[in-house]
Amino acid sequence: MKDFASLVIALDQTTKTNERVRALAEYLGKVSDRDKLWTIAILSHRRPKRTVTTTLLRNWAAEKADLPQWLFEDSYHVVGDLAETIALLLPPPSQHSDRTLSDWIAFIRELEVLSEADKKARILEAWDSLGHEERFIFNKLITGGFRIGISQKLMVRALALFTGLEENLLAHRLMGAWSPDTDRFDQLLIEDNPSDQLSRPYPFYLCYALEGSVEELGDPANWMAERKWDGIRAQLIVRAGNLFVWSRGEELMTDKFPEFEPLAGVLPDYTVLDGEILPFREGIPLDFQALQTRIGRKQVTRKVLQEVPVILMGYDLLELGGKDLRQHSFADRRKALCHLLEQPDMPEVLKISPELPFTDWAAVARERADSRKYHCEGLMLKHKDSTYQQGRKKGEWWKWKVDPMTIDAVMIYAQQGHGRRANLFTDFTFAVRDGEAWVPFTKAYSGLTDAEFQAITHWVRKNTLERFGPVRSVSPVQVFELAFEGISASPRHKSGIALRFPRMLRWRKDKQPEAANTLQDLKDMLESYGE
Amino acid sequence: MALLEFAQEGIFCPLAGVYIDPWKPVKRALITHGHADHARWGSQSYLCTHAARPVIRLRLGPVNLSSVDYGEPVYINGVRFSFWPAGHVVGSAQIEVSYKGETWVVSGDYKTEYDGLSEAFEPRRCEYFVTESTFGLPVYNWSPQSEVFEAINNWWAENREAGRVTLLTGYALGKAQRIIRHLDTAIGPIYTHGAIENVNEVLRAQGVALPDTIRLSSGMQAKDVAGGIIVAPPSAASGPWLKKFKDLSVGVASGWMSIRGARRRRAVERGFVLSDHADWRGLNAVIEATGASTVYVTHGYTEIFSRWLREKGLQAFELKTEFQGELHEMNEADTTED
Repeated sequence: MKDFASLVIALDQTTKTNERVRALAEYLGKVSDRDKLWTIAILSHRRPKRTVTTTLLRNWAAEKADLPQWLFEDSYHVVGDLAETIALLLPPPSQHSDRTLSDWIAFIRELEVLSEADKKARILEAWDSLGHEERFIFNKLITGGFRIGISQKLMVRALALFTGLEENLLAHRLMGAWSPDTDRFDQLLIEDNPSDQLSRPYPFYLCYALEGSVEELGDPANWMAERKWDGIRAQLIVRAGNLFVWSRGEELMTDKFPEFEPLAGVLPDYTVLDGEILPFREGIPLDFQALQTRIGRKQVTRKVLQEVPVILMGYDLLELGGKDLRQHSFADRRKALCHLLEQPDMPEVLKISPELPFTDWAAVARERADSRKYHCEGLMLKHKDSTYQQGRKKGEWWKWKVDPMTIDAVMIYAQQGHGRRANLFTDFTFAVRDGEAWVPFTKAYSGLTDAEFQAITHWVRKNTLERFGPVRSVSPVQVFELAFEGISASPRHKSGIALRFPRMLRWRKDKQPEAANTLQDLKDMLESYGE
Repeated sequence: MALLEFAQEGIFCPLAGVYIDPWKPVKRALITHGHADHARWGSQSYLCTHAARPVIRLRLGPVNLSSVDYGEPVYINGVRFSFWPAGHVVGSAQIEVSYKGETWVVSGDYKTEYDGLSEAFEPRRCEYFVTESTFGLPVYNWSPQSEVFEAINNWWAENREAGRVTLLTGYALGKAQRIIRHLDTAIGPIYTHGAIENVNEVLRAQGVALPDTIRLSSGMQAKDVAGGIIVAPPSAASGPWLKKFKDLSVGVASGWMSIRGARRRRAVERGFVLSDHADWRGLNAVIEATGASTVYVTHGYTEIFSRWLREKGLQAFELKTEFQGELHEMNEADTTED
């Protein structure tokens, strides 16, 4: 695992993209095919199943380091990363190991069937044979969530550099259900094998938010507009009579949506649709939260199917009759999509995302202003000539979101962040006034600059009222303007209100806490915009 | 009446009427070392070690400043004060206060590893010990400085090889000189930011041996410093003056660099774990060596470290001071030292 540890160090030591890509390509050239595959798997979030709970790891590490549990936990709150905390606290190793990355992954997976005592013995053995960096990686392999600043895009670039193959081809070959257990590096990525992987989705085409004015897009006649639906982006695939549903996070979700099963017999064989899975009843989308809840359920019961029925709001056609349409223009793909879905025997669960009619940008702006009525986040603008690209690209597809709702609230609790934000107070709880009382109603973590987080951290340290473990209550003084995308009633919250995607828009140093909004203001917003 | 009290202005000896490192102007101040959060402006008279005096003079200007040798007792109203090496920076001291068999030691800032410049730390036996706790958490443990300097020199040599300019940041008083002292001058020339060179000049004048350095001037271009290393204070690590050095590799030398999140947040290429404060093992070893039964924990992880000491059977108290060992080092924009 020394090679992998060196790679992680090398990646941490440069902020330059080209150097990172080169470091990864060089690493791929050095290690075995199995290590290559596992590296790709880990970097694309296909980590091995967790075989030891973090609670056990914490206990064993504290015991081995001869520290009381509370001190271990306090250290963790400062470091902000469990794997790293353990690596920092353990005494230096007394052994040495030449196991490779794949060996260690096998080692971790073998733990699954062992008793707790045996697991402990093996983990302690591992810790005692690894240096600091390798321990950190070993712990990360167990606990998951590896962030080493290599996106899917960069990984594909490095693979292209290493193999000499096209990035697009590699990106496609890496989609879908493969595993280092069943696939070989050459067979997965190098060899041309058209028959395999019937289930494989195409890389999703993602877009950026429109920042400038919409007029800058030029002649409105070149563009199409549709609503930006608020559900789960998905590809629906029918190949060789089988149905596959993939989320944008590359999760195979076919079983979660039995409503789509009949489509395998209805759509022509070898069809791939791109669209949004929406909770939908009586002609209107339901709150996204309902879909979240449904997905969280282990079993899709009849009751769930009745309460939260779903549809696929289709907006693109990527493959038809086995023919890859991605290089055709959006206008042509859309025509083919309409032709396909408007056939009379098409089930209700498949709908076409309607094209919004307009002749000038002002009309588009009016449609955008109506977004909340449709439970939408805004509009999608797509150039009629656009091909279906891979990954997040600028220029031909844009999302034009509605402006968020905002409220001025007062910070009452602060907690330190994790990872890159360790040792900084970044997680805040906000309250609004209700008479003399402060009523907490939301948390927010993002939206400030690093310098602002530094400054507020300084302030929190000096203005702490009480500590509850990692959480500090602070004087209700600092006012922040919060932005959010939706508001709904929630009996689980003290305030009776839940916000969607709350974040800090501005630190209102100019405002006194008395000038912040009140609980009544929030209730009024719920009345006007509630979902 | 206790021998030392913790007053609004700072640590106070009521019997002698003197303060140790006061953060507000007082009549008579005893100063552990010249960092800005310990040697503050405005008091009527100051007392420090001979070795700390030139830097404090540089920083505070024409104040009423006198000095003593390490170990040389000063009696004020019958209370015996003496200064003992703290190993933090050149001239830094712990201040021992004793009266009728009762002994207190105020640590100021300290580190246990001999850094090659500062007078080596000497633990003092006492009943009451006032300790810093900047790195009072078990995740902070330093490697021997020889390993750190080897890594720094290797990095510099690699950069030189690749035609890059190297920039390493460390506090202008203490850290910077410690770095300069251990740079391998066979690799190339050492350039210094003005704030650091001012301190270098003062230290050289009092006989501290430092390798030759070249003061960076605004007219210097990338080609003038090619292959060299620039040592600058943390506040200078970002800013328009760096734009002209196109191919620049930036490193930070600080105890905070132990933690990956802190390294990544600063987006520096190299974080070297190097501190002029004691690490976890150092703090614990020193407290044990003092034999103190009562420990007051100042700046740093005061709450955690005092709890830890209490569980080990000591009387330990958290003390609110305005020393900033933790805060300012955390703040990249701050220009003060540790």
